[in-house]
Amino acid sequence: MPAVPERRARSSETPDPTRYHDRVPASRQVAQHVERAARAALVALPHLKDAATPTARLSDVDEWGRSEHMRSIARRVFAPVYKHWFRAEWEGLEKIPKTGGALLVANHAGALPPDAPTIMHGIEVELGRPVYGMADYIFRRVPWVGTMWARVGGLPAHPDNALRLLKDQGQLAVVFPEGTKGPSKTYADRYRLRRFGRGGFVEIAMRAGVPVIPIAVVGAEESMPVIFRLPTLARALGVPYVPVTANVLVFGPLGLLLYFPSKLKLRVLDPVTFDVPPGQERYSKSRVMEEAESIRLHLQESLYEMLRERRNVFFG
Amino acid sequence: MARRVLITGLDSFWGGRMAQALESDPEVEMILGVGTHEPSVALERAEFVRADETYSILSRIVRATQVDTIVHTFLVVDSTRVSGREMHEINVIGTMNLLAAAGQPGSPVRQVVVKSSTLVYGSASTDPTWFREETSRTSAARTRVERSLIEVEGFVRDFAQDNPSMVVSLLRFANVLGTNIVTPISSNLSRPWCPSVAGYDPLLQFVEEGDVVGCLEHVTRNRVRGIYNVAGEGKLPWSEVTAICGTHRLHLSPVATRVAAAPLVRLGLIELPPELESLLRFGRGVDTSRISETGFSCLHSTAGTVDSFVRSLRLRRSVHKAQPSYTYESDIEQFFRHSPAATRPGA
Repeated sequence: MPAVPERRARSSETPDPTRYHDRVPASRQVAQHVERAARAALVALPHLKDAATPTARLSDVDEWGRSEHMRSIARRVFAPVYKHWFRAEWEGLEKIPKTGGALLVANHAGALPPDAPTIMHGIEVELGRPVYGMADYIFRRVPWVGTMWARVGGLPAHPDNALRLLKDQGQLAVVFPEGTKGPSKTYADRYRLRRFGRGGFVEIAMRAGVPVIPIAVVGAEESMPVIFRLPTLARALGVPYVPVTANVLVFGPLGLLLYFPSKLKLRVLDPVTFDVPPGQERYSKSRVMEEAESIRLHLQESLYEMLRERRNVFFG
Repeated sequence: MARRVLITGLDSFWGGRMAQALESDPEVEMILGVGTHEPSVALERAEFVRADETYSILSRIVRATQVDTIVHTFLVVDSTRVSGREMHEINVIGTMNLLAAAGQPGSPVRQVVVKSSTLVYGSASTDPTWFREETSRTSAARTRVERSLIEVEGFVRDFAQDNPSMVVSLLRFANVLGTNIVTPISSNLSRPWCPSVAGYDPLLQFVEEGDVVGCLEHVTRNRVRGIYNVAGEGKLPWSEVTAICGTHRLHLSPVATRVAAAPLVRLGLIELPPELESLLRFGRGVDTSRISETGFSCLHSTAGTVDSFVRSLRLRRSVHKAQPSYTYESDIEQFFRHSPAATRPGA
């Protein structure tokens, strides 16, 4: 694949990102990053083990189903949405490591949560590293949707998957510990974090020996607020929830995909590391639950803090 | 210590190749193959005994020959070749008799190697991307071949528990491709059109036929105990596999796939056993770190396996029959092995 070394060569020319942040006013940072990303289309991928064997590959789909080519198309499509619609703004991106595995943990909101593509897009264009999104199995079952989801970096949230991705391959993965409880909650419950599952994400990070990096996202709640749910229809369709959103009420059928242009603000919190030996089969459940709860509380506090600072839903 | 090895299914693809591989090993003193038909590959010194497919005479053979190792290669993993009843006889009843023979009182057997398949994990939307040996399948086994292999593995596990001194090796191989083997996947890929379920592009993992024999040989020679997944490194999407093989994908409807495929299967245009249908939706991957810890690594990655298959496919397309076929002549084999007139090195 000739595109990868090309990208590496380009990235070495770009200035040191930490200095870059100092020189440029914050409001223009995002716009410049997006332009930079559009120039350098492909994210540098890690070296493959069997790259030495002379085998003819016709696509760049990796062992997880992610295709860097499809991902670059998705980035091109999503870039204007990211830049002009949501006007995404990051804070503390330097806390995400440039190499090695880390488990990103974020709050999840909006009927069709825009936080997942925003986090994946943002980190890929800003840091030039691939991000894998872990989500419910439900996507895999749906024809076309499941395939597309895998090609743009989605994979089922299974502990084994996370472990292999983080520990063996040193990649970045983003999980939403609230699961479907996050996006399915109604607008009345906005910015109130749901239960963080059974703390599985902490256990995975402990076993893989990687830090957990929480990301607080503000604005996703207002982009597609759930007014009420249709549980009977959801049961009949076999899906976790069927929301009736404000977007549908305002825009009609168009509202199924059209978001309100709320401003997305993302704040990366300090990485949480655990002083336990990695690679164990089991970890103390009380310790796991305690850590998960403390991450949840910290994320919740940061969300409230960011909401206190926010003057306007649409302009931040 | 010189080994005396018994191989089941000498007439089958794997039995014959395993016997050939062991013949070059000076540590193996005697190789005995049982099978329902005559061997289909040329053998130097392996002996052939005809037995029915359920091995009812196996305990007599084991007592008489004092074999210390049994390599059970004769498990049917391809449901298009035999009827369901026959598959049950071969897999379940055959393995039961084989383990009974190996576990009889005063048995000389010290190691049993069983060649199973990753079919035991199934293929479903709720699967992890990589199955480890201890990960249990997430969906109910609905196809006949999967159910029979799960039953076989149950017998093998019980046998290992009842005979702790015995080295029991259970190998689960991913879908095999290669120069010679014919499977539903390989015959689909050899045709101008091959089946695919519309909207799904699963990731598949393959193992090369030479690596299968290599791995069987490795666990036999080094007496490796336990359950292991064996597959080539990496995965390939089905769309890419078909593109490499130069066939077109025939997109079958994602709902009522079997109904849509039935006439095509009837006409012989495609092969679509039920286990392949679910594989073409969700694919399957297995984690092979455990077998690599024992010191074995496949020579071919998944992409390399597909490459080796497509090379042989191209040759076959140009030259119809690339390799001369072999016919077993009983009297000739007897002459070379047992006649005083023939000189045998090492004998």
